Amino acid sequence: MSDIGLSHFLIVSTMLFFIGVYGFLTRRNMITMLMSIELILNSCNINFIAFNKYLFPEKLDGTFFTLFTIAIAAAEAAVAIAIIINLYRQRKSIDAEDADSMRM
Amino acid sequence: MSASTIIFYILAAITLGGAILAVTSPKIFRSAIYLLFSLIGIAGLYFWMSYEFIAAVQVVVYVGGIVVLIIFSIFLTQGSGGDMKDPIKVRSLFAGLACLAGYCLVYYVIQRTPFVASFQQSIGNEVKTIGEQMLSTTEHGYLLPFEVVSMLLLAAMIGCIVIAIKTRTTK
Repeated sequence: MSDIGLSHFLIVSTMLFFIGVYGFLTRRNMITMLMSIELILNSCNINFIAFNKYLFPEKLDGTFFTLFTIAIAAAEAAVAIAIIINLYRQRKSIDAEDADSMRM
Repeated sequence: MSASTIIFYILAAITLGGAILAVTSPKIFRSAIYLLFSLIGIAGLYFWMSYEFIAAVQVVVYVGGIVVLIIFSIFLTQGSGGDMKDPIKVRSLFAGLACLAGYCLVYYVIQRTPFVASFQQSIGNEVKTIGEQMLSTTEHGYLLPFEVVSMLLLAAMIGCIVIAIKTRTTK
């Protein structure tokens, strides 16, 4: 057995999470913000699978949580892209700063 | 250092390098392609942990579905060329500092936490086991979430069509 343990996976997923957070905070384009959200969701999936493998190998709960997260992320991406395309038709721009029609 | 250790580090480097390039690249299309590499690296990490079914689902749904959807939406909205607007300098500085601080905090917690494994026999993760448990109605079954997710996907599909459809203005 190799010497890669649970904490290696947790550190990789933490790095991925904060890279996603950085992208979400700095990007101004809605599609790239959506890509950052996908990175964050993927880091959570790595955590679920690593905990399932290293701590609870007699259960399958991490596997199921990952499957449902992937399904919900797919639905979320589809709805978000539909909203972005609709917004682009009205504003001719997909920058987050231009979507201000609900501002008081 | 065994071969599997080296493979783990290569996969982690692909994942993290792709992710960093995906959030910093100035061209949006390249950013989507770097995201593709990052997601393939994550699928490789699942393969490394011998969760083959999850890795296959990752490749099919993320690499085959979501990234293709993102690329299509880039073509529909922006085209492939042209740089995006640069991020605001002050904002990226403080976002970087906040992420670094958050990473250090989580790293500290991970190093301090004693993770106690339950030393029981592994149930295995063949597709047969996953399928039987997912559709069982016993204590550890996941039939109800399965049905709820199918309803959610149906609702999301109808919602996408309603939102993105071109409204014809008849006068």
